[in-house]
Amino acid sequence: MSKISPEEVEYTARLARLSLSEEETAAMARDLDKILDYVAALQSLDTTGIEPTSHPIPVPTPLRADEAAEPLDPALALSNAPQTDGTAFVVPKVIGTGEES
Amino acid sequence: MIDEVLERYEAVIGLEVHTHLRTNSKLFSPAPVRYGDAPNHDVHPIDLGMPGVLPVLNERVVDLAIRLGLATNSTVHTYSIFARKNYFYPDLPKGYQISQYEEPVVSDGWLDIDVAGETGELVRKRIGITRAHLEEDAGKSIHDTAVAGSHDSQLDYNRAGVPLLEIVSEPDLRSAAEAGAYLRVLRQMLRDLQVSEADMEKGQFRCDANVSIRPRGESEFGTRTELKNINSFRFVEEAIDAEIERQAELIDAGGAVQQATMAYDPGTGRTRVLRLKEDANDYRYFPDPDLIPLSIAPEQIEAVRATLPELAPARQARFEQEHGLSAGEAQQLVELRSLADLFESTLAVYSNARQLANWLLRDVLQTIKERECDLEETRLTPEALGGLLAMVDAGRVTARSARGLIPELVERGGDPEVLVRERDLEAVSDTGALEGIVDEVIAANAAIADKIRGGDEKPLNALMGQVMKKTQGKADPSEVRAILASRLRGA
Amino acid sequence: MDGLLDTVAGQRDALDQGDVSSRDLVQRSLDRARDTEGLGLVVGTRSEVALQEADAADARRRAGDGRGALDGVPVLIKDNMVQLGEPAQCASRILERFVSPYDGAMAERLGAAGAVIVGRTNMDEFAMGSSTENSIHGAAHNPWDRTRACGGSSGGAAGAVAASVVGAALGSDTGGSIRQPASFCGVTGIKPTYGRVSRWGLVAFASSLDQIGPFAHTARDCALILEAIAGHDRRDSTSLPEPSPSLASGLTGDVSGLVVGLPREYFELEGADPAVIASVREAVAELERAGAKVREVSLPHTKYGIAAYYLLATAEASSNLARYDGVRYGRRVPSDDLDSMYRNTRSEGFGAEVKRRIVLGTYVLSAGYYDAYYRKAQQVRTLLRRDFDEAFSECDVIATPTSPETAFVLGEKSSDPLKMYLSDVYTVTAPLAGIPGISLPCGDVGGLPVGLQLLGPPLGEATILRVADAYQRLTDHHDRRPGATS
Repeated sequence: MSKISPEEVEYTARLARLSLSEEETAAMARDLDKILDYVAALQSLDTTGIEPTSHPIPVPTPLRADEAAEPLDPALALSNAPQTDGTAFVVPKVIGTGEES
Repeated sequence: MIDEVLERYEAVIGLEVHTHLRTNSKLFSPAPVRYGDAPNHDVHPIDLGMPGVLPVLNERVVDLAIRLGLATNSTVHTYSIFARKNYFYPDLPKGYQISQYEEPVVSDGWLDIDVAGETGELVRKRIGITRAHLEEDAGKSIHDTAVAGSHDSQLDYNRAGVPLLEIVSEPDLRSAAEAGAYLRVLRQMLRDLQVSEADMEKGQFRCDANVSIRPRGESEFGTRTELKNINSFRFVEEAIDAEIERQAELIDAGGAVQQATMAYDPGTGRTRVLRLKEDANDYRYFPDPDLIPLSIAPEQIEAVRATLPELAPARQARFEQEHGLSAGEAQQLVELRSLADLFESTLAVYSNARQLANWLLRDVLQTIKERECDLEETRLTPEALGGLLAMVDAGRVTARSARGLIPELVERGGDPEVLVRERDLEAVSDTGALEGIVDEVIAANAAIADKIRGGDEKPLNALMGQVMKKTQGKADPSEVRAILASRLRGA
Repeated sequence: MDGLLDTVAGQRDALDQGDVSSRDLVQRSLDRARDTEGLGLVVGTRSEVALQEADAADARRRAGDGRGALDGVPVLIKDNMVQLGEPAQCASRILERFVSPYDGAMAERLGAAGAVIVGRTNMDEFAMGSSTENSIHGAAHNPWDRTRACGGSSGGAAGAVAASVVGAALGSDTGGSIRQPASFCGVTGIKPTYGRVSRWGLVAFASSLDQIGPFAHTARDCALILEAIAGHDRRDSTSLPEPSPSLASGLTGDVSGLVVGLPREYFELEGADPAVIASVREAVAELERAGAKVREVSLPHTKYGIAAYYLLATAEASSNLARYDGVRYGRRVPSDDLDSMYRNTRSEGFGAEVKRRIVLGTYVLSAGYYDAYYRKAQQVRTLLRRDFDEAFSECDVIATPTSPETAFVLGEKSSDPLKMYLSDVYTVTAPLAGIPGISLPCGDVGGLPVGLQLLGPPLGEATILRVADAYQRLTDHHDRRPGATS
């Protein structure tokens, strides 16, 4: 019984803004299926009451003093821009009010 | 008509406010927080999501979050977590926003609003605050309208990374007016606490409204829609009413409300669907591994509590109780902190609180509104104001003359005693002299005087006007009227 | 290159005695990089600037103003470490032409110590891989046998040290990417305690696992480099508050009374090369002869390590790599609308392995799967940490093979991702637990180097370096040099 279908791969790839060809999708579904199958061993491990670890070595909350530093030279900020009008980064038109899935 | 709709349906409204915190630098980067700078002039590699950069939390925002939490009677959590909210949008430099999800810094609070009840008097209502959490703002996308037919957008990351507090209310609001009241109270609070400047024009106080309706009497919630990014108080109330009406129309016609993001068009006064929410966004929240959970010591919370100013609601209640002001008067006074401050400092030299409140709300407020100036910057002192009002109370100057001095005292300051003497505004209170003037006016207007003697009351005002003119407004009007009446009818 | 000038220590002596100048050393590195081009170890050099920096170091030395052991010594950094004004490509098409507008902490600190960064080394794309075959620069070839892989993802760095391009190079380790290539290339490589070295300027793969560490021929040289780059950095919130530890001075050569733990699960692994196991056991015996005590310990959750690692690392990576969208930097595929631009740019810009891991990681975090996969893996992480805490209550260091095998043939595993992942079995547990680990050469099988791995408790770098150094005083595996030069 496969753990991940090509449709799920396609949906997930879309979430990650990746386009896969049909062959790529099929190949990825096969690879991921194997991996997820392997990973399924975790399910048999009893982890009741075990706290998840987000940070391996705990440290006290680091804080930064609220002092403004010299910002990056705007020319340097734009220096790697694939497309720019000299003041801003340019992209194909953005439609909508923000937050696309 | 909204009133008709609200007879049949109950509106359920929740508000999400995003407010810019008053800091010098950004939430996770040391870049400056400034407004109006040229694009991409206030960025740090962190704000551009450059490869290899890392976030570090601004210590000031912790204080500010605590302040807001305490002022809203919320739980300030000693342990909260930063989470990544993953989605793609060009104004989001990392492809995720650092926010808080399951464990926010503040939760379970409330604030009180006063709204006009059915009989017009103010009714107090408690609105729950579900949570408030820290998150970073995104950059801005500018559509190039200057270039004809442009298919491009330009991105400015100055705003990317600016610290936000997202404040979410319980769906306790039941009308646009309540929503407006909530926003006003919240905004005032943020300003009084110095948590945020909350300038709506600068985008420092943005509001989203979740709106649903249900037939009156039903307890199940209806499907809700989200009105996004409304940036003026007036539009919020209009938009909410428009959306309530839209939903009612839909349901009345047998349709169903769909979950959607809505926009309000002030031109048409209607809301429209921007985007259906069929696919709920899968943000794949997980704790940000680059940041350590925020630990706040109870001592820090207490230290902040000790620095909180008296907030508007408490001050208003105190004005009502201690000074006998009405709820309406008290509420108006506290709306402008500096006005309330002047009220209290003038009370030290002048004891008639209601009279003082009256003059402040009517004359002083009008003057500063007309001149579009800040009360703090004016020259009106508590001593001058108190002194002037004392003179009015003693009949040494008419109210009207005194009113005329307010603008001068505001703009140039000065001593009312001196000003009254200089301008020759001393009230004419010498009854004999007044009687003499009244007699002169009656004699000069024999025909009118006869009419009044004959029973016609109307022309009395015209004679009064003449007397006041002769006294240059320095006589007490009620005394003038009494003398006229007795002269015309009595004698 | 003269054998004595292979190591940092040797270079320091020669510089101090005036036998060579820093310019000589840097020039030799540049020449050597060019000579070994066919091995695909070094992907870019900064010759002009490096020679200027060398001259400056020489001037300091002549003026008696030297900055210490690393002053004027040539080093290499990995292609995922940023340096102001320099490219950092992470072996990916998507970062073509990217030039960093800021300096990474590792570059700053090496510079402050006077070390001269000569260039960047080859790696698996975005550090995802165990062979340095997933690279747009082409595969890295093992100097011991050019038909074989260097290991990964820091294969170029390990190979460059092995091939005597430099005496020291920086790598990064997320699931074994320093230790495994060290083992395949017959050099010493150390992954410090998580948070020991600042990640500011390290292009992130898996934020809670990534660490920077040095490759060199000797533990002593590793200690020198690690001292220079370690220590608290305010720009990294996960950075340990401690300043840089003193490491070189603790290399006493003394292991008497030290307890070495051998985890039974690591030595019982099915499919591990018996010759590799034997070589590692012999190394442990050597330590015993020098006075160490050996005892068996247990790390019972070892077998869940790979699963937990690949769930957590890919989840974090899927989020960390979302910024590569063609908007602000890197390569963009021009497209008519925004959505196409995203998809085209990312699909063409990322290689197959990276895409695979992004999809897996996205899946792991997605609604409905988060608890079963991501959260579960984090719980396994806690269990693995407890295993180590328990084990370290019974021993001072843990000794294991670094890899179940020696360097495999290029292309042998690339068709089966899972097979590739399983070769990380001995190395993934240390980053999950946050503990330090070092790999050092302990022998060879059929001419191919074998690595001995020593794991220490958190902040235990001094201990594992001391043991490694002691071993290297008694043996000469670390002195062997490969034959293949191009």
